[in-house]
Amino acid sequence: MPKSFDDISAQLRARHRKSARLKWISMGALGLAALFLVLFFADMLVKGLPAFQQAQIQVEVDYSEETSKMPLKAVDRDMSRLVSRGFLRLIPGRMEDNPDLLGTKKMEWVTATAEVDQYLKGHYSRLKDDQKAIVDQLVDEGRAELRFNSTFFTSGDSKMAELSGIASAAMGTVLTLLVTLAVSFPIGVMTAVYLEEFAPDNRFTQLIEININNLAAIPSILFGLLGLAVFIGFFGMPRSSPLVGGMTLALMTLPVIIIATRTALRSVPDSIRHAAFGVGCSRWQMVRDHVLPIALPGIMTGSIIGLAQAMGETAPLIIVGMVAFIPDVSASLSDAATVLPAQIFTWAGEPERAFIEKTSGGILVLLAVLITLNATAVVLRKKFERRW
Amino acid sequence: MQTNQLLAMFSGSLLLLGLIAYLLGRSKAVRVRASGASMYSQPDQYAWFTVLSTAGPALAVGAVASILMLSLGAEVSPLYLLIGCLLVACIGLVVGIQMVRPSFHARQAIESVIRFILAGAALISIFTTLGILVSIIFEAIRFFQMQNFWDFITGTTWNPGASFLEAAGRGKEGASAAQFGSVPLFAGTFMITFIAMLVAIPVGLLAAIYMAEFAPARIRTIAKPVLEVLAGIPTVVYGFFAAITVAPIIVGIAGFFGLEASFNNALAPGIVMGIMIIPFISSLSDDVINSVPDSMRQGALALGLTKGEMIRDIVVPAALPGIISASLLAVSRALGETMIVVMAAGMRPNLTANPLEDMTTVTVRIVAALTGDQEFASAETLSAFALGLVLFVVTLALNLVSVMMIRRFREKYRVNNL
Repeated sequence: MPKSFDDISAQLRARHRKSARLKWISMGALGLAALFLVLFFADMLVKGLPAFQQAQIQVEVDYSEETSKMPLKAVDRDMSRLVSRGFLRLIPGRMEDNPDLLGTKKMEWVTATAEVDQYLKGHYSRLKDDQKAIVDQLVDEGRAELRFNSTFFTSGDSKMAELSGIASAAMGTVLTLLVTLAVSFPIGVMTAVYLEEFAPDNRFTQLIEININNLAAIPSILFGLLGLAVFIGFFGMPRSSPLVGGMTLALMTLPVIIIATRTALRSVPDSIRHAAFGVGCSRWQMVRDHVLPIALPGIMTGSIIGLAQAMGETAPLIIVGMVAFIPDVSASLSDAATVLPAQIFTWAGEPERAFIEKTSGGILVLLAVLITLNATAVVLRKKFERRW
Repeated sequence: MQTNQLLAMFSGSLLLLGLIAYLLGRSKAVRVRASGASMYSQPDQYAWFTVLSTAGPALAVGAVASILMLSLGAEVSPLYLLIGCLLVACIGLVVGIQMVRPSFHARQAIESVIRFILAGAALISIFTTLGILVSIIFEAIRFFQMQNFWDFITGTTWNPGASFLEAAGRGKEGASAAQFGSVPLFAGTFMITFIAMLVAIPVGLLAAIYMAEFAPARIRTIAKPVLEVLAGIPTVVYGFFAAITVAPIIVGIAGFFGLEASFNNALAPGIVMGIMIIPFISSLSDDVINSVPDSMRQGALALGLTKGEMIRDIVVPAALPGIISASLLAVSRALGETMIVVMAAGMRPNLTANPLEDMTTVTVRIVAALTGDQEFASAETLSAFALGLVLFVVTLALNLVSVMMIRRFREKYRVNNL
């Protein structure tokens, strides 16, 4: 039976409604992803920003013969529970350095324990009620307050939350990435130059190409197994060192740099190559003097993105032992070291509430550096991109 | 350290020899040219050739000799090695100087050496894959010498607890024998991967459809970088987020419905991993959908299809091989993802279908086995390599299938940018 015109137009309306529904649903999916990003950053900021502040309290420090041996007695008994042990331990050393201090009493601003810190920030704290009363009184007298936490940026890891910082991890990250860059950049660029400019299209080249694409998709933890078995087990390089970590990450970064360099080389027009050959350049002279300089911005962009990826990588570094507890900043390639993501991982495993804050603070620093790196790459690309 | 000093001495003397080679080669070439002979190459090129012939063989001999020494375990004093290498360098220097004569093509010689070096660099990527394969297989074989392969594949109990006693030769004393049945680990891995895909594939695909078919250019330019930021967040950060923020929320929601949920439930790492993979699927699918030829869209619209019908019946089916390939790559990435599950999933091997319970994954066990205080030769440590081998094989298979599917798609529509 033929349908009436009304039926058909109703059907059409239904079809258009369905089409519009798909549009809204798919828009919702994108919105969901964006919403998650907003929630994630809000959560990290709320949890992490307090880490950049640290409670300080003003106490009277008694520098005497007795306290140089028993630093716990240097401050009032009620107060000594509120003052960071790390500060008290330093007292004998300070008296040695500065003998004039002996026999004096001074009012000083010192770092409070993490529990006082958490209490002042309004989080759960294990302080007892009478201690909380003391802290409240100190706040009223203006003798306790939150100040900028410079310790977080200048000191290494510590078992005491109020004294732990990211300095040693940041140093480890810099050293590791230097090794990564020094290994993967030349090898990556050379591989790409070979594949794009020199290699004939034969089985061998195809094998290398398939292999590079496959390497980019291998789970990162397997690179850690490689580093453990080959660099540490076979070559006997020092465990936990930036040298091993950097080389492991270099192998991971290699495919990223190769693929980016190949894209950059491919975007150099052939007329440049023809002109170079025309004036009598050899192939290497053509690549070195003409193609590479033009492709350099693209290569740099790819390398920065690869480096940013390596910077956030944790799993292979855990396998080669770079989750060590590193209290001191060391600038050696062969000493045990840790990196920022590994430091975040270590802190995330600490049971104290104060370390959640440190973890989030570390995450904020890491994200800030990564976003800066990626933004630099985008700016580089925008600024030097040439359309032929 | 002694090796460091030797290395410094070696590179120092090699640099010195290189400099001498450069100066000698150049001066000889200049002299020959001044005497009136016409030469094939420039003096600088002769000079660089002498440098190459000095340093190249010496470095090669040094590298090969040290690798041989390490793999054979032969005890040769490094000092002899150093002297040998420097001797080779001196011979190279003399030969290089000899070669500086008018009939010699120094530029072409350099060219072929450079080609050789570049090919060597390209080989490193092959060596990396081989290195991964060999190092894993080697240790995995040691593991399977201790444990039955079949029990590993089909066993349902993962209890390495007493294996350190066996490694110490006291296997009989343990209350229970160590068991390495990997089924619960793979069940956990696939459960978490499944949850992740349940989040990532619909959201990623729909987001790609919106960006490719509906979105105005302005939204596209904003949305793409936003999704890229999502992809750039380190996995350790996602792991922390899953463990500290998402897991308690899920426990709370489950409690609201009267369900019992573990704080290490499989849902939290699964969902967060799915979010991490969204940009991966959306950007690949976006590329694929964009490369479906416009003529197909025009044909569909000309036949009176609505836009939604065109997408559902024409564009998505045409892009399907690419979408499946993107999803397979995403699955392979989810299987190998480590930090999120290490931080947010449980440690207890648990064979269950309830995502609210805690369960562990292959990668978690690998990390646990290698960061414990076990002796390296113990079965538990070696089990990490056996698990790694399975992981390698599975992800490799997924990658290859995915590459084949995208190639079929590319051939069908003659797309070059995928």
